[in-house]
Amino acid sequence: MKQTFVIAIGGAAGQGVATPGDIFAKIFSRRGLNLNAYNAYQSIIRGGHTLLTIRTGAERVTNMGDRIDLLIPLNQDTMDRHLRLLNAGAACIYNQDTIKPGSPSSGVQLCPLPVSALVDITRNKVAQNTLAIGAGLHMMGIGFPALEEVLREQFKKKGDALVAENVGVARVGYDYSAAHFMAFPNPLPKTENRYAILSGNIAMAMGGAAAGVKFYCAYPMSPSTGVLHWMAAHARKAGIMVRQVEDEIGVINMVIGAAHAGVRAMCATSGGGFALMSEGIGMSAMIETPVVVINCQRAGPSTGVPTKTEQGDLWQLLGAAFGDYPRVIAAPLDIADCFKLIPEIFNIADRFQCPGLVLCDLLLSEGRLSVPPKDLDFSPSIDRGELITPNGMSTPSTTNGSYNRYKITDSGISPRAIPGVPGHIHTVATDEHMEDGVLISDEFTNPIKRRAMMEKRMRKVTAIEAAVPQPALLGPGKADVTLIGWGSTKGVIEESCEILNEQGISANQLQIRWLVPLHGQAIVDILRGSRHTIIVENNYSGQFARYLRSETSFVPDGHIRKYDGEPFMPHHIVEAVKEQLAGETKLSVPMHEITV
Amino acid sequence: MATSVQRTQELTMADVKGKVDPDWCPGCGDFGVLSAVQKALVELRIPTHNIVTISGIGCSSNFPGYMNTYGMHTLHGRALAVATGLKLANHELTVLVTGGDGDGFGIGGNHFVHSMRRNVDVLYIVMDNQIYGLTTGQTSPTSRIGMKTKSMPFGNIEAPVNPISLALAAGATFVARGFSGEQKHLTELIKQGIEHRGFSFLDVFSPCVTYNHDNTYQWYRPRLKKLEEDSGYHPSDWTSAMEKSLLWGDEIPIGKFFERTDVPTLHGAEPVLNEGPLVGLEPRVPSDVARSFIEELM
Repeated sequence: MKQTFVIAIGGAAGQGVATPGDIFAKIFSRRGLNLNAYNAYQSIIRGGHTLLTIRTGAERVTNMGDRIDLLIPLNQDTMDRHLRLLNAGAACIYNQDTIKPGSPSSGVQLCPLPVSALVDITRNKVAQNTLAIGAGLHMMGIGFPALEEVLREQFKKKGDALVAENVGVARVGYDYSAAHFMAFPNPLPKTENRYAILSGNIAMAMGGAAAGVKFYCAYPMSPSTGVLHWMAAHARKAGIMVRQVEDEIGVINMVIGAAHAGVRAMCATSGGGFALMSEGIGMSAMIETPVVVINCQRAGPSTGVPTKTEQGDLWQLLGAAFGDYPRVIAAPLDIADCFKLIPEIFNIADRFQCPGLVLCDLLLSEGRLSVPPKDLDFSPSIDRGELITPNGMSTPSTTNGSYNRYKITDSGISPRAIPGVPGHIHTVATDEHMEDGVLISDEFTNPIKRRAMMEKRMRKVTAIEAAVPQPALLGPGKADVTLIGWGSTKGVIEESCEILNEQGISANQLQIRWLVPLHGQAIVDILRGSRHTIIVENNYSGQFARYLRSETSFVPDGHIRKYDGEPFMPHHIVEAVKEQLAGETKLSVPMHEITV
Repeated sequence: MATSVQRTQELTMADVKGKVDPDWCPGCGDFGVLSAVQKALVELRIPTHNIVTISGIGCSSNFPGYMNTYGMHTLHGRALAVATGLKLANHELTVLVTGGDGDGFGIGGNHFVHSMRRNVDVLYIVMDNQIYGLTTGQTSPTSRIGMKTKSMPFGNIEAPVNPISLALAAGATFVARGFSGEQKHLTELIKQGIEHRGFSFLDVFSPCVTYNHDNTYQWYRPRLKKLEEDSGYHPSDWTSAMEKSLLWGDEIPIGKFFERTDVPTLHGAEPVLNEGPLVGLEPRVPSDVARSFIEELM
């Protein structure tokens, strides 16, 4: 079992859940601890209910885990919803003036804070939060200076008086805890490691900057808006043009315009916005102007559940725009991969002059993870492919008309001149066209030329497949069960495998990152050696299972699916594997115990 | 219009003509627009490789293919959005956007309004024939009430948009109307529109000889009055421009309704472009800046 510690803070939106979360995250990170944070929230600005879960430990943590060690309910609602989830050894710190505890399981420590007796609550509205942070910190075995340092940073803009007041209140909580509450038996460890803490949205935005993106635009849509926010805040330092556009149709078309002029251009949205972009993605493919489009999935269809996660857009991306055309689709495996994937997919899109689609989801987009700074490499390889620029012409052609933008080549790739290059004037067209760009759709339809152009474009598919790595099995080579997942479920499946292996059920994992090209044959070759195969995915219909079957005819032994808006927890998968190995079912749909 | 427009020594009509001839119906108003655009470019002597002609979809949207400039034949209604991205990525290019009334005021209406308020530095020429031609004759956003088409055989009951008043209200900084049958006048408006820094909107009456039998050359000629011939008219006055834009019937004004030059262009207002066009920028984030981005997260 991983040695981790999980703190959960819950309350109404607007009650200040985020601040204690940030403070704990900073303290953990500065102790050299890994962390994973997941905020379960609702589409409401004030009110409702939100539960932030931060899991930390010296080892790598990849998901929210299965248990809560310390619950800090900021209101009665949180107490009522979540106290029942605590098991022996866990604790709950709460304001005894306003919150009544229920009856906890045996071995759960209730830690009531007499808030109004300890501090002047008329002066400090969030005193209960600050007291609870202090109290919690002592129970975790962390010295007070760590908290004092973070509080000073947090409040320094608001002046010395406020810093002193908050440090004072936190100290009262810390000391009260020392006198009245039992500390956790194992103090939180400390290491010499240092981590950056970031969301998947920040990671993808920074990955874009590292890839050399010069144009980013978006229409706000949860859960993708964080990419826009980072881009907008850092645009001037990074030299990126960032625009907020009237709608997602405008977004994709502006991105294509900028890309066509010769810069790397990117946009992000969620399923609804992506649907509006579909026609534009077809244009990118037809005129062979590469762009990168990120889809941060949320629970659908339609407006769906804007604040909840799902892996429900796979077929939307597979079917985006009409007609056949080369495209690549990749799903980042974790938040660090959100960064790494962007330069990689830009290189593929640029080389093969086709759209690159990133299939992220709310779990990664809005979750936060500790990442070693060396994994945020701002000098990745940049391959712009066969691009003819005013400064980069090998042999400038001086005769207008001799350049063929869509030259038929063995690879299907035609050297791309950007506007402004003398001697390379041409028109690109969304209509079918000849090598020189002249339309063959209106007056001059021609089946031979149409076929030649289709085959030219589609020839790129073979080379794309060779340019993208094949998936590989993780864990023991031979196992009782092989769990197959794609994208963001990597961490939770990995931990489920560890737990299964500890419990005597050998398990390994096949996690798919590149959805197109799929490398179907390689997948089938891997799975041929598996005794029992189960596909795990966050959607109703088994979108990946259906896709894998359509590409390879492979049918797994079972499925684990979840479509309630919340991500998998390790025990969901572990229990489902056990019931399937016992022959009880072939389809498990775990119930999510935490209701937000 | 561009920050510093380069001029070439000499340009002839042959230099600006594309390699294929238009496939428009004989007598189509779009021939006159194409020829006026080509004449304007010859007179302005802008190097053809620094010009990008961008269109949507429709009869008039085949325009870029008939020009010898860089061209983009994009999606129905999306030309302005594509043009905005292209202009922001390389503002040294001269950008012409061409299309029809269905493309610009129907399916592309959203981008039309927002491009004007942003003052994107392009010339947008709408070949307005008050009909859908390429789809063989349906009602368009500028079709008059009562007009009978295949899609409204008993007569249109919807009021048409007024492109000139719409453009004025949306903040276009150059608003004009031309007529395909008035070559010299139209060429002059195109030249002014290209030279204007900011969004130039030019609505051109371009009769559809096949599907619109209401708004014909003969119908227009006696009605059109040039604003330039009215010595009391000053295109710097927005209120008079709005009043003039409402005239329709026996007298329909053409010419420059409005121009103001005191509004920054979209690319001019963005400090990221102070160092020059995006296409020329170093792709990599400087290492000290990259380090600061990571340190923020620690």
